[in-house]
Amino acid sequence: MKARFLIPLFLFLLLALLLGFGLRLDPRTVPSPLIDKPVPNFALARLDNPDKMFTPQNMESQVWLLNVWASWCVACRQEHAMLVDIAKRNLVPLVGLNYKEVRGANIDVRNMSTADEQALVIERAQHWLNTQGDPYALTVLDIDGRVGIDFGVYGVPETFLIDTKGRIRYKHLGPITQDTLDNILLPKLHEVRNEG
Amino acid sequence: MKVELHLSKLLSRAIYVCTLVLLALFALTSLSMVYAQEQQAQIAPGQADAQIEAKVMHLSHTLRCLVCQNQSIAESNAPLAIDLRNQVREQLQDGRNEQEITDYMVARYGDFVLYRPPMKATTLLLWFGPALLLLVGLGALALKLRQRGAHKNLQLNAHERKQARNLLQRHALASSNPDSDSYTESQS
Repeated sequence: MKARFLIPLFLFLLLALLLGFGLRLDPRTVPSPLIDKPVPNFALARLDNPDKMFTPQNMESQVWLLNVWASWCVACRQEHAMLVDIAKRNLVPLVGLNYKEVRGANIDVRNMSTADEQALVIERAQHWLNTQGDPYALTVLDIDGRVGIDFGVYGVPETFLIDTKGRIRYKHLGPITQDTLDNILLPKLHEVRNEG
Repeated sequence: MKVELHLSKLLSRAIYVCTLVLLALFALTSLSMVYAQEQQAQIAPGQADAQIEAKVMHLSHTLRCLVCQNQSIAESNAPLAIDLRNQVREQLQDGRNEQEITDYMVARYGDFVLYRPPMKATTLLLWFGPALLLLVGLGALALKLRQRGAHKNLQLNAHERKQARNLLQRHALASSNPDSDSYTESQS
């Protein structure tokens, strides 16, 4: 009989544990259904040579990072130093996906021709890389964001780790911090590389 | 008593009539909606755009905006929502059906893009959890009430009755009420 009044306390502790666990989770992160699936195929113009197209097949048999960025994205500025560091240390090749450079900046494109829009995208992206530094092996231009949709992009910046077989192994939402690099990315990179 | 009976009869009749009226109105509006839809089916092909728009809005209400996650892409004005609505429109114009478009979105964004959580093994608790909790609560209440009911049939035996009387006596005396003489009885 005596122990029975401890039951509400026990239930409360259980609830507190559940809520405490829940508070540590970020409700805004959406898990990607693309993990371990083949990277979505695409062909996009390169920033350095818009007449040339880049496809993920070009990076076959390499482990590489695809980093989604744009000059209007403030958080991208935060992670840029990390990306430059990764490039300097030659940790892993970086491919930049420039996402909706003009449309995302709320520039009205309805009266712009596709050629004009592409020219503006190139101008803005090149300017940004010239001033902030270019950590990318190459950058491709996703002008209307369609390729972004194929990757499930919903908030810039996002980074994808792709393995030698062309499968997405990890998706990182938000800017890459020192903590992310040391505790998540590098171990994951190590793991994927050692699979052979 | 008679007035009360009369009023309650009036009330119940009023409720009855109101319910009938509401049902009639509901039936009328649903009928008119069906009629309107039938009319739409006879519209000339030039009006197909408006139909596609209607389908776009309908589908958009079932897809979640990943940026403003409490809204559907129909309600949200986030750039991604606009992009996804355009995607839906293009696919509808290409002739895809609702299921194919939904599958397309889920393949890229996962189950969370569905505004209504799907019925899966992992979401069973989400769907039925509240109902389960309600049942558990009701069950606990029923048990508690039954326990309480068990005490109602207690009969005092003679000894216990005497004890009760003594206790009451003592209480009456303690409150120093001169009229407590009426409670006095032989104690043994």
